[in-house]
Amino acid sequence: MAGQGDAGRAGARVPRVELRGISKHFGSGAARVDALKDVSLDIFGGSVVGLLGPSGSGKSTLLNAIACITEPSRGRMRLDGDTVYDNRWLRPDLRRLRLEKIGFIFQFHNLLPFLTALENVRLVLDLAGWPREAARQRAAELLDYLQVGDRGQALPAQLSGGQAQRVAIARALANQPRIILADEPTAALDSERAGIVMDLLRGVARKNDAAVVVVTHDEKIFDRLDEIFYLRDGWLVPPEAAPTPPRLAIASSDMRL
Amino acid sequence: MNLAWRDIRHNLGRFLLTCLGVGLLLGIVLSMIGIYRGLVDDALVLVRAPQAQIWVVEAERRGPFAEASRLPQDTRDMIARLEGVAAAGAVTYQSVEATLGERKLRLNVVGHELGRPGEPAALVAGRPITRGHYELVADRRARIALGTTIRLGRNVFTVVGLTEGQVDSGGNPVVHMTLADAQRLQFELEGDAARAQAARGTGRTPPTVNAVVARLAPGASAEAVAATIRRWKHLSALTQAEQEAMLLESVVEKARRQIGLFTATLLLVSTVIIALIVYTLTLDKTREIATLKLIGAPDRTIVGLILQQALAIGAIGFFAGAALLVNLVDIFPRRVVLLPQDALALGGATLVVCFIASALGVRLALRIDPARALGG
Ligand SMILES: Nc1ncnc2c1ncn2[C@@H]1O[C@H](COP(=O)(O)OP(=O)(O)O)[C@@H](O)[C@H]1O
Ligand SMILES: [Mg+2]
Repeated sequence: MAGQGDAGRAGARVPRVELRGISKHFGSGAARVDALKDVSLDIFGGSVVGLLGPSGSGKSTLLNAIACITEPSRGRMRLDGDTVYDNRWLRPDLRRLRLEKIGFIFQFHNLLPFLTALENVRLVLDLAGWPREAARQRAAELLDYLQVGDRGQALPAQLSGGQAQRVAIARALANQPRIILADEPTAALDSERAGIVMDLLRGVARKNDAAVVVVTHDEKIFDRLDEIFYLRDGWLVPPEAAPTPPRLAIASSDMRL
Repeated sequence: MNLAWRDIRHNLGRFLLTCLGVGLLLGIVLSMIGIYRGLVDDALVLVRAPQAQIWVVEAERRGPFAEASRLPQDTRDMIARLEGVAAAGAVTYQSVEATLGERKLRLNVVGHELGRPGEPAALVAGRPITRGHYELVADRRARIALGTTIRLGRNVFTVVGLTEGQVDSGGNPVVHMTLADAQRLQFELEGDAARAQAARGTGRTPPTVNAVVARLAPGASAEAVAATIRRWKHLSALTQAEQEAMLLESVVEKARRQIGLFTATLLLVSTVIIALIVYTLTLDKTREIATLKLIGAPDRTIVGLILQQALAIGAIGFFAGAALLVNLVDIFPRRVVLLPQDALALGGATLVVCFIASALGVRLALRIDPARALGG
């Protein structure tokens, strides 16, 4: 696997995501839930990493913390070299931060139903302040790149599941984010389409030197991940103690018998 | 890229239906205002028709409209001879019921002296009354054609001229006839008892009228002339301004409060309805709004989306309501007066209402957690 060598190169480079001692609890007293416990990790550009673990282990909480939509309780977080959290948010405008640094891919495409495919991609560029014509052109190029260029004028409801997911990926890539967060991006796709989506993400990670973080249960894509972070009860399990992929697939899939 | 418009276009049918509903509501508000304006207009028509400056009525009476008033007919001579009076005319007003073919009509009959103040306003068809008897000038509102004959009391009258917009404060059309005809009609229509009493009296009672209207010579003071007239014990005098103010007070003030209250209530109802609509529209877009926040759209974009839709509903609803009313104004049985300034005021009120009504939806939208876009 290409990603195997990343750890060796990592020392010289700035991680796209750097977490140090991130903890998060919800509630207090008897109702207190410690969703993340002292999580530290680095994710580098060019790699696709998986966030795995049984249900309730803290995957979503961790993804939301990296997305700056859930405030951690403690710790330090650097995104693309910027310290954005150090026991408190350091950046006043987290939405602007997301717009500039992070692309999102969802389980269900979450395209705005009233915008065409092209407009959905353009929207991000508009928000980021791109000039109109440049935005239109880039959106069209991205759709071409994702092989849905001919569906630019279609509304999301008129797209197939795979097409919609490609448009959603185009939207996530639009503003050239350094970090791409994907929550179960392949859960709604068959294995062939899931493989294509993963290859696309790997291509983007390499091309843009972006870190792609994928929360997934989907065992058919495990072999396409460069690195795996395994969570259990809010703890990050060290690689040597983590289940090996085949067992992991069984352990982490809630749906499996 | 305008999100509000894109979303509207995506649900165009539902949006237009919503606008239509709001439009009906605003149309009703506008027609209430129009009905009130019509009421005021109608109330003043009879008072303004003689183009007089002085109204002479029975002492202690606020006649002839707010209260009944009776004067000897020769009062007119006395008034006409007063210094400062250019012309005076005796007038009667009575409400009569008539049938025309199948149709029952309530008419306000004005009796006037030919060639004196009190004559009908400008005619829109036919000619003025020229013969002493049995001729009528009727208002178009009565829907009686020129040349039609109609029985009033014991006599048959022919319509020789038509006026426009002459109604009493109850909205009934006005017909004019000579003073002599009107006095006979009054006598005929009085109760039998009154007639019998009159017959027992010594000879004929002197003819009476309801008021004398006077126009002043240039430079004469209405106040001074009225003061002179009030020195006669059996007479009371009102200037035109006093007469109008009194009528507005007695006839219009209650209606104004009632309609004002109704209009305010309707505006409140509109606010609640628009607020509910905007809230529902926002609730329907929870996931989209969460996605917008997640991908980095500022609050201004999200508030704009909601506010623009609320204002669009208000604006389109307002114009739909106004257009509807303009087209339907003639089916109202009474006059509905649409003034541009009223429409403008309602338009402004609608904008304010939309702003207020958006608050609920905006509050909801700002509270939506962007995390709702992630996962399921
Ligand atoms: N908003 C919240 N309030 C309270 N508890 C929460 C909240 N979000 C998550 N949790 C709890 O935190 C733990 C981790 O949840 P989550 O991150 O969703 O796990 P996963 O995504 O791995 O299934 C769970 O015990 C969950 O019940
Ligand atoms: Mg989860």
